[in-house]
Amino acid sequence: MSRERAVERRGGFTQRTVRWFDDRTGSAGGVRKVLRYVFPDHWTFLLGEIALYSFVVLIGTGIFLTFFFEPSTATTTYHGAYAPLEGATVSKAFASAMNLSFDIRGGLLMRQTHHWAALVFVAAITLHLMRIFFTGAFRKPRDINYYVGVTMLMLVIVEGYAGYSLLDDLLSGMGLAIGNAVALSFPLFGADLSNLIWDGQFPGSDAFMSRLFIVHVLILPIAIATLLTIHLILVARPHHTQFAGPGTTERNAIGSALWPVYALRSIGLLFAVSGVLFALGGLIQINPIWQWGPYEPYQSTNAAQPDWYLGWLIGALRLMPPLEIRAFGSTLVPNPFFGGALFPLLLFTFLYSWPWLERRITGDRRLHNLLDRPRDNPLRTAVGSAVLTFCLIVFFAGSSDRIFLEFGIPYEGQVVALRIAVLALPVLIFLLVKRTCEELRRTEAHPLRDFPGRVVRRTPGGGYEPEP
Amino acid sequence: MKRIELAIAALLGCSAIASIAFVVIYVGGADTQGLGISLGAALAFLAAAVLLASRRLFPDTPVAEERPEFARPPEDPGVTAGPAAERAEELAGEIESPAEAITRRRLLIAAGGAAGTALGAALVVPVASLGPAVADRLHRSPWRAGLRLVDERDAAVTPAMIGARGFVTAFPEGVDKRELAAPVIVMHLDPSSLNLPPGREGWAPEGLVAYSKICTHAGCAVSIPRSPLYPPRAPRPALVCPCHYSTFDPAKGADVIFGPAGRALPQLPISIGSDGALIAAGELSGDVGPSWRGTRGGT
Amino acid sequence: MIRAVSFAAIAAAALAFATGSFGQDSATPAEPDAAKIAEGRQLYVEGCSSCHGMDARGVDEQGTSLVGVGAASADFYLRTGRMPLAEPGREPQRAQPAYPEDQIEALVAYVGSLGGPPIPTVDPNAGSISRGTELFVSDCAGCHSITGEGGVVVGGFAPELHQATPTQVAEAVRIGPYLMPSFDRNQISDADLNSVARYVDEAVQDPDDRGGWGIGHLGPVPEGLVAWVLATAALLLVARLIGERSEGRGPEEKP
Repeated sequence: MSRERAVERRGGFTQRTVRWFDDRTGSAGGVRKVLRYVFPDHWTFLLGEIALYSFVVLIGTGIFLTFFFEPSTATTTYHGAYAPLEGATVSKAFASAMNLSFDIRGGLLMRQTHHWAALVFVAAITLHLMRIFFTGAFRKPRDINYYVGVTMLMLVIVEGYAGYSLLDDLLSGMGLAIGNAVALSFPLFGADLSNLIWDGQFPGSDAFMSRLFIVHVLILPIAIATLLTIHLILVARPHHTQFAGPGTTERNAIGSALWPVYALRSIGLLFAVSGVLFALGGLIQINPIWQWGPYEPYQSTNAAQPDWYLGWLIGALRLMPPLEIRAFGSTLVPNPFFGGALFPLLLFTFLYSWPWLERRITGDRRLHNLLDRPRDNPLRTAVGSAVLTFCLIVFFAGSSDRIFLEFGIPYEGQVVALRIAVLALPVLIFLLVKRTCEELRRTEAHPLRDFPGRVVRRTPGGGYEPEP
Repeated sequence: MKRIELAIAALLGCSAIASIAFVVIYVGGADTQGLGISLGAALAFLAAAVLLASRRLFPDTPVAEERPEFARPPEDPGVTAGPAAERAEELAGEIESPAEAITRRRLLIAAGGAAGTALGAALVVPVASLGPAVADRLHRSPWRAGLRLVDERDAAVTPAMIGARGFVTAFPEGVDKRELAAPVIVMHLDPSSLNLPPGREGWAPEGLVAYSKICTHAGCAVSIPRSPLYPPRAPRPALVCPCHYSTFDPAKGADVIFGPAGRALPQLPISIGSDGALIAAGELSGDVGPSWRGTRGGT
Repeated sequence: MIRAVSFAAIAAAALAFATGSFGQDSATPAEPDAAKIAEGRQLYVEGCSSCHGMDARGVDEQGTSLVGVGAASADFYLRTGRMPLAEPGREPQRAQPAYPEDQIEALVAYVGSLGGPPIPTVDPNAGSISRGTELFVSDCAGCHSITGEGGVVVGGFAPELHQATPTQVAEAVRIGPYLMPSFDRNQISDADLNSVARYVDEAVQDPDDRGGWGIGHLGPVPEGLVAWVLATAALLLVARLIGERSEGRGPEEKP
């Protein structure tokens, strides 16, 4: 008896709430359509969501941090809880970050969670991009969404770099010096670019820090959030892609309805992502600025590195031979341009132009809603693998100093070997992957589970013969 | 179903306990690890509860839905356009319709193009006013003949301060140490090993050489001085930058001997003043820091 | 009598062992006696003269002269196991000392008798940690890294400092082993040396890791590895678990 009343009461509440909203917005029909929206299922379709929820954690923890961080290069004397820096001259930005780490309750948790979220954010985007690329999800009608996504990747990398450079610690200060060198290295207008950003010669005026702060907390987050909204709308409009399977065609979408299953899955993922990030933020130390100390342009430390998503740039800068193009009394192309600007420029040009390139090479201009397995398009998979290999080798070069210290392989030798590898290995990988894809398509074998060899047995006479 | 509901309720309960633990830890000292474990656990339990519900509590039969019309390929592959294409045509027509009122299309297009180009150029031109000022800033250096060299604590640098195989970071007296051209690294070399470029014969009294500490590759401080204890079996003296390992030979005017740097470190001529302290004997031999279009003094 | 003396000797040795002075930081040495020096000379002839010469004045291209390097050098190189060197020209690396404690003392006594600086006395507790930070950043971090993890020096490497005792730090600063510059009293005074030793002792060997697991104090490389191998892998696992539909039937058309 009480159970029925409870059901009535529950139904009554929902009905009253829905009616309240619909009376004011007229949206009941639209919401119903949304709740019945179908999402195709595959675990790789959740990579973008992992990125999205890392972004949510970034915003949340970031807001907390902005209440305490002081974006000022004005110097102050450190008098705080960390004895080794007692009496040191530091910027107010650094001092406020120290304050966050040592004196504000939960401050270090928020700082570390924020930083871990940034690292996982870019990792998830990278995996998501790889999934999109290798399954051909960027084809019509989703090429426009692909451009939005690649643009976001660029902005997110800049956003992360700006974020950890705000703290004015020794490691990130060195990173800014290098960023300035890359800006300076742009042919013809490099000096003006550097001057514009830094308001003068490095380390720049006090305006630089406040500009960087506004870029990091306002301009780029708004840009990224706007593009993200467009991105999600462009996913929802044509419905998500799906793999070929029982009942799937180019014209339908088969999966779970948004309400209740998909919404719960997504919310569950949000909690899982934020749980992992907060656990990391409390348990594993990241960017311990008190151990690095403040930045001065005349100081540096060995073994300095940028955050992982810039590792390809430090690798490129280290690998590049000492080439500088000079003519007519001018340095036309200084060395950092090749590794620091040309390389990422070429990579992003490749990413932006691939949909068009693929259309031209294959002649396929049709609309696609069904995804390829990587083997279904050997050329695309091989090209993507080759480009990925190139980037991975360059990443490797960025940490070859630690490899020397751990394993004793001489640094100079590594540089030479990697210079050769970076040109030879992608070609090798291209050929290997293309062959493998074509082979897999032919035999329809599962690359990991099916056994490509033949089983043999021993004959009584001592030889071998194949099993029938 | 009932057991699942109990399990979900238990997970939610655990999450609640973890959240309460978070508050308790926050109030009682806010240990970072404790905060992280409790909040992480609270969220993880919540995730487990919600995901369990999504998998086992609610039916999840797959549903099929037709995609919207614009995202469906045409039924007949021979047909190139469907109703969606018709709508696009109508929209294009509406956008173009005002153009029917124009009679001199080419003239207007030409005039519009000229106006646009001219405006664009006009907006870009003021960037040129950054020009001389930019070059001015990047060529600037505080070093002049007669300025004393001081260390980070503003004590005068004397040859005695720098041991037989030592080094020191020095600045011009009275100058802001953050100026990029200010820091130099002074190293003690064996005078007989010096092989400086022509014209720099008097620049290194007692084998003391001074070079800009800012790497000519990408602007990091060159803070690795390599100084062999037993020269016959060790690499010769060098200045190495820890960022990308550009290596400079201080006995030969800081020429690049390894790594990506494209030009030598600028050298500062020094001499020993009457009071025994080191003083600059002139200006730096070239521009400091990473190269740009107008870099002077490149070798 | 003999029994009492040997008992006392064993007790002294046990005490010395218990207080950890075997193979550990050098105590302020008493004046070495002639017997010790002679023992040291004998060990020297057997183990060191092939590179450093019978007269300890060095052999061209093999080993440097030891006249004037002092007890400080011998103590540093022998106690950190850097000498004997497997072959000339290799960078000496920290290893297990090749000699037991008493033989090290003998060799140090012998080399010390050839002249040169004695084993330095250094007291980290008398130093200032903030002055130590200042000095370490300006003079040491470029090679050894700000957290003392070591790093590449083209042509060699600067070692990590986790096992360096205060005396060894002081010895290295004054000697300038292999490719390391040397710093004499005019640049880094004895008081300053106490501070540098204190930085190594505290900030390098016992850092403030209030943020959690320090993951090697190397910065973004291990951080990136954790982000990929721990976090992203964990989340991929979660995605794998939730991404597959729980029921495997074919699709039903929507009403």
